[in-house]
Amino acid sequence: MYMFKYICKRIGLMLVTFTIIFITCFVLVKLLPVSTTGVGVGEDASKIIAQMVSRGYMKYDEVSGGYINTPILEQLGRYLRRIFLEGDFGIGFNMPEYRGRAVWNVFIEKLPPTILINIYSSLLAVPIGIALGIFAALKKNKWQDHLISTLVMVFISVPAFVYASLLLYIICFKLSALPLGVMSLPDVIAAYPGKGYQYIPGEFNWPLYFNKKMFLSMLPAVFSMSFGSIAGYARSTRAELTEVLTSEFMLLARTKGLTRSQATVRHALRNAMVPIFPSIIGEFVSVLSGSLIIEKIFQIPGVGGLYLAAINSRDYDFFMMLSGFYLLVGLLAGLVIDLSYGFIDPRIRMGAK
Amino acid sequence: MRAEEYQISSEKFVLHSANKRLHDEKLETKPVSYLRDAFNRFARNKASITAAVIIGILFLFAMIGPVVTPYKVSDEDANYAYVMPRNEFFYKQGIPFWDGGREMGVTEASYILYKGIQEETGRTVIMSEPQIREEEYMGKSVSYYDFRLDTYNAIGVKFVLLKHAEYVALQQYQDENNIQVIFPITDPALRPQAEQDLNNANIWYRTKLGAGRKTTVVYDENGDFIPIYQADNGKDEYTSKMYWEGDEKLYNYAEPKDGDMWNVRVDYREYYRYLHYKAGDGIEYPSFLLGTNNAGKDLFTCLASGARFSFVLAIIVASVNLFVGAVYGAIEGYYGGKLDLIMERIVDILASIPFMIVITLLKYHFNVSHAIILFIAFFLTGWTGMAGSTRMQFYRFKNQEYVLVARTLGAKDSRVMFKHIFPNAIGTLITRSVLVIPGVIFSETSLSYLGIINLNTGNLTSVGTLLATGQNYLFTYPHMILFPSIFISLLMLSFNLFGNGLRDAFNPSLRGTEE
Repeated sequence: MYMFKYICKRIGLMLVTFTIIFITCFVLVKLLPVSTTGVGVGEDASKIIAQMVSRGYMKYDEVSGGYINTPILEQLGRYLRRIFLEGDFGIGFNMPEYRGRAVWNVFIEKLPPTILINIYSSLLAVPIGIALGIFAALKKNKWQDHLISTLVMVFISVPAFVYASLLLYIICFKLSALPLGVMSLPDVIAAYPGKGYQYIPGEFNWPLYFNKKMFLSMLPAVFSMSFGSIAGYARSTRAELTEVLTSEFMLLARTKGLTRSQATVRHALRNAMVPIFPSIIGEFVSVLSGSLIIEKIFQIPGVGGLYLAAINSRDYDFFMMLSGFYLLVGLLAGLVIDLSYGFIDPRIRMGAK
Repeated sequence: MRAEEYQISSEKFVLHSANKRLHDEKLETKPVSYLRDAFNRFARNKASITAAVIIGILFLFAMIGPVVTPYKVSDEDANYAYVMPRNEFFYKQGIPFWDGGREMGVTEASYILYKGIQEETGRTVIMSEPQIREEEYMGKSVSYYDFRLDTYNAIGVKFVLLKHAEYVALQQYQDENNIQVIFPITDPALRPQAEQDLNNANIWYRTKLGAGRKTTVVYDENGDFIPIYQADNGKDEYTSKMYWEGDEKLYNYAEPKDGDMWNVRVDYREYYRYLHYKAGDGIEYPSFLLGTNNAGKDLFTCLASGARFSFVLAIIVASVNLFVGAVYGAIEGYYGGKLDLIMERIVDILASIPFMIVITLLKYHFNVSHAIILFIAFFLTGWTGMAGSTRMQFYRFKNQEYVLVARTLGAKDSRVMFKHIFPNAIGTLITRSVLVIPGVIFSETSLSYLGIINLNTGNLTSVGTLLATGQNYLFTYPHMILFPSIFISLLMLSFNLFGNGLRDAFNPSLRGTEE
């Protein structure tokens, strides 16, 4: 029962943190002057102002004869009411291609490539990384261990954009083995005329992502994402396993007659996985967020690219929604990692004094 | 053997220290201080020592590089954009590596253009014997010439519009230094007529308009180029012979244009030297150790300046975070209770704000240099970690007996905190703050790479900006991304190794565990 209480408490604390940051963020954004950077050549700002008025962000002021911002608290009230009652996170103002479109719909459209690339890379990284770590730990201080440890050090240190560029240059450009960037949706539709693919705005459009060409075009990005995590898993698995292998219960296991592999698999691995398993779970929670840098290099039409565009063109509704999203994913991943320790290892008593 | 052999008579036993008084022996060895011990342990770790040396070299490069190079970040010359890295040593030895050369595979028309430049300027443009290969292109057989091109000399000759006074000054410079900067002007009537070649000063030979409105060369009976220099017609006060032997004709140097302007054909390499001679900035002929980027900026200067900025920012951030975090954490840990609870909640909230949101909001709100914004953002989110580890150390040590003794003897709180407890936290804090440096450099590089932070103003630049520009030319000019990548990779790798060594060095429990 105390476990349930503890989880409730943690979720409550997380929501409080989230609310404080989100509302501070909203107020800080609303303190800014209305940006009209999205006004194209030959257009005037009235279009954007009309949109703002229709959303209740601005109103006509009879004293000054112009449009002024409505009070921030009023805006906040409307914003929250819309989110909770209508699921409406606002509309795009400044990015020409998304102007007037519902933020939520655009976000939904951008989610699949981000999630898919993350899932593929996690599916690749977790087994390979753990296998390499186990191998290195079993061959401790032999040349195989030194080789793996050196490679792990290199891949942990070298920034992703360096080996992403290297992959792009060697595999995609010099060897022409894989496409240069992730395919765009119109290209997919054009590539498979017989399959009757259709692009529906405001939907996930999942079917468009599950075909051979799309998969191949995602591979370079998947590889560059996974290198770092492979190295990370290999390093922590090796560290944990070497520690467990020297502990006394391993000696006991051997003396009671288990072979080395039996002892390793049944006793050492299970104990070594205690700190690693939560980070795997955390990884699968944060597949939602992805990497801005990898999305930029491989021109992935994902959430990261949308966030960057929103920041640079000062589209505040997009910025607020995506910031909240990233914040929530980050907090949630931390919470899940913390809680999963207790489920995996009964020795860890959560919240106990 | 018999048993009696083992019997030893009692006289043989003598008391060892019968008449001596026993004292504690004086310690022969010197005591090893905490820092000394840490240093000894660090010095045994070869990988960390190597890493420290590499960091030292990169740091020196960042500090000295921008000072020794004659170029500034703001210096740019579009004519020398995209030139390849050149090390004068390799170039003079004729080694086809790092010599400013670039492997080319071009069509015959481009090859002839380069050959023309080589023949007119008398400098090597084609550095290796061309290999001709035939390839099918749209149903026709096209020959391609593969050779190594000298990217510096390939610029050749340029048309420059000069005022009359400048023109005279250039003439004087030529006479004084006995260098030919200006080449004879070509006859406007005989210049190529194809649109793309109208302003190409490098075509100094007779051409005609061939198929598809392309320029085709007309050779003489020996297969040589036929010069189209304008013979002396009295319009130009200066005339000259070409430097070629056996050519005794007098040619015009410039053609008059509207409004006292003169159109001059200058040998760009010499003209570059003349421009810098006039500016007096100590630059002679162009030679770029790491090549140039798309704007013709020297990459060595840009990289060194970017690295200097990164290092300076990271060191400032690390020291400010260390100071603020240590004081905050000390107060939290020492006083504990309600104060600690409140201060911890503040840290919790600050630590969970995503860095992106902080930096974006700062950027929106304050219209100041992005360098300052970066600093504030790193400070706001960075010191909490430092505070956390100080707090933990304080919790560990504040109830130990020696602290109680100090307090009983009447030491003030601040003295107990910083004289008695704080030294215990120094090891962790030093390791943490050293590891803050690569973290800051990495974030700064990523942010400027993504274009969220723009540090590219005036004489400021950043490694991330160089990487982002290089990314756009990854397939055509990979040298632009190569050097910044090497720098950042080496730096991250060395800092990780160095940090590992430091962490082990400051861990006294590891003492004596290694052979």
